Amino acid sequence: MQVPKFWREIPRYYRLEAGKCDQCGKITFPSRLVCPECGSREHSKVHLSGRGTLKTFTIIRIPPDGFGDQAPYAIGIVQMDEGVGVMAQITDCDVDALSIGDTMITKFRRVREEGKTGIIMYAYKFVPDVGV
Amino acid sequence: MKDVAIIGIGMLKWGELWEKSIRDLCVEAALNCIEDAGVDHIDSMAIGSMSSGLFTGQEHLASMIPDYLGQRYLPAVRVESACASGGLAVRNAFLEVASGMSEIALAVGVEKMTDVNGGMATYALATAADQDFEAFHGVTFPGLYAMLARAHMQHYGTTREQLAQVAVKNHANGTRNPNAQFPFAVTREQVINSVLVADPLTLLDCSPITDGAAAVLLAPVEVAHRLGRHPLTVITGIGHATDSIALVDRPDMLHLGAVAHAAQRALAMAGKTIQDVDFAEVHDCFTIAEIMVMEAMGVVPPGQGGPATLDGMTALDGSFPINPSGGLKSKGHPVGATGVAQLCEAVMQLRGTAGERQINNARTALTQNMGGSGGSSVVHIVEVQ
Repeated sequence: MQVPKFWREIPRYYRLEAGKCDQCGKITFPSRLVCPECGSREHSKVHLSGRGTLKTFTIIRIPPDGFGDQAPYAIGIVQMDEGVGVMAQITDCDVDALSIGDTMITKFRRVREEGKTGIIMYAYKFVPDVGV
Repeated sequence: MKDVAIIGIGMLKWGELWEKSIRDLCVEAALNCIEDAGVDHIDSMAIGSMSSGLFTGQEHLASMIPDYLGQRYLPAVRVESACASGGLAVRNAFLEVASGMSEIALAVGVEKMTDVNGGMATYALATAADQDFEAFHGVTFPGLYAMLARAHMQHYGTTREQLAQVAVKNHANGTRNPNAQFPFAVTREQVINSVLVADPLTLLDCSPITDGAAAVLLAPVEVAHRLGRHPLTVITGIGHATDSIALVDRPDMLHLGAVAHAAQRALAMAGKTIQDVDFAEVHDCFTIAEIMVMEAMGVVPPGQGGPATLDGMTALDGSFPINPSGGLKSKGHPVGATGVAQLCEAVMQLRGTAGERQINNARTALTQNMGGSGGSSVVHIVEVQ
């Protein structure tokens, strides 16, 4: 990945910056210029709480280029409390104990290092919320 | 709009074709197709390829392929809609002929996938997903469909055996297809016990990495008559639809909205219902995909794709045969070629030239080609007239 491409998404990757439609209240992540629900072009910046429910997940055993040193790793879709879905890795847990319906919270983690440009890419990952 | 017939088909044996380049594959399929049709000229060409750039480093196929086909100066376009690029190329050729812009239009689908290693191929395929919010996190295509499979199993009670049966059935059909990459039979136990790729999907739940091309030639029905084509195979319906690229943006991720809309549009254009269809070639890039496509097109109600498959409904001798060619699973999946090859199989079945895998009295065929995790889909209805 090139530096500008990563840098541009830092508000999303680091701070879970989302969009909220001023007309119908629909939350989008990433934010969009046009609301997919009502078509409005007016929206405001909001930050996701980082808490949600696991809808589905898998364990990647055969990774793409750039993730070879991490496999196997879990990745899932979480329905955030704000209603929007987010996909990310699930870390710091026993992947064999994961279940659909588990409560998840986001943590700031290293996603990977990019060989050619040497960028260390950080972003959100999910961990099971064990209530501590 | 003119009525459009398929007057020629061109296939070749698919596989890991080390000795053949992307231009060799395209030209061989196109020549087979032109020879099958018996025409002395073509007026335009559409080439479907998902990612010739990432797989081979070669873009600008719209210049290279006509030239190597001996058709320098031909108007040509290259279209891309991930794994639905082939179906889209056929649609493009259809629009050329139906509009009168071309009399005879060629559609070629191609992918040369083995010039790169497995990690690079996995990366290239993952560019069909949202790069910044899906692939960024290390998800692969098997991973996306594995997430759908797990959710489908949880929500509808679909079983591991039902998923495996899709592979068993398609490989059984593929044993009868001389062009198939993997024309061998597999058992449910072999599918379930093969190496895990992305839980719960194993290697034998996944379509392979394949080199291949396929071609069809389209012309107005009156030209097909003039050429003496019999039986006449006519494209009576085309449906094309898109959906969100990211799985998380779909209100119900277990419903393939692009497939549902594309199928409805194609059937409406043909004046048919899904019950009028005699057999279908569908996009079984993963076992779960065939089950979800059946449900999205209304072949069975939501959640019934797995049980229907296990009951034999979609087998070659079932009430609604699916993927008589062996599907992507057994025939192979050179992504840009798949959508065109589906139409080649439809025409072979309708002509009655499908050999050992011939479906008796087939008169109406449906082909369904899908891009990404369901972000796009193209459906064709082909009938004997």
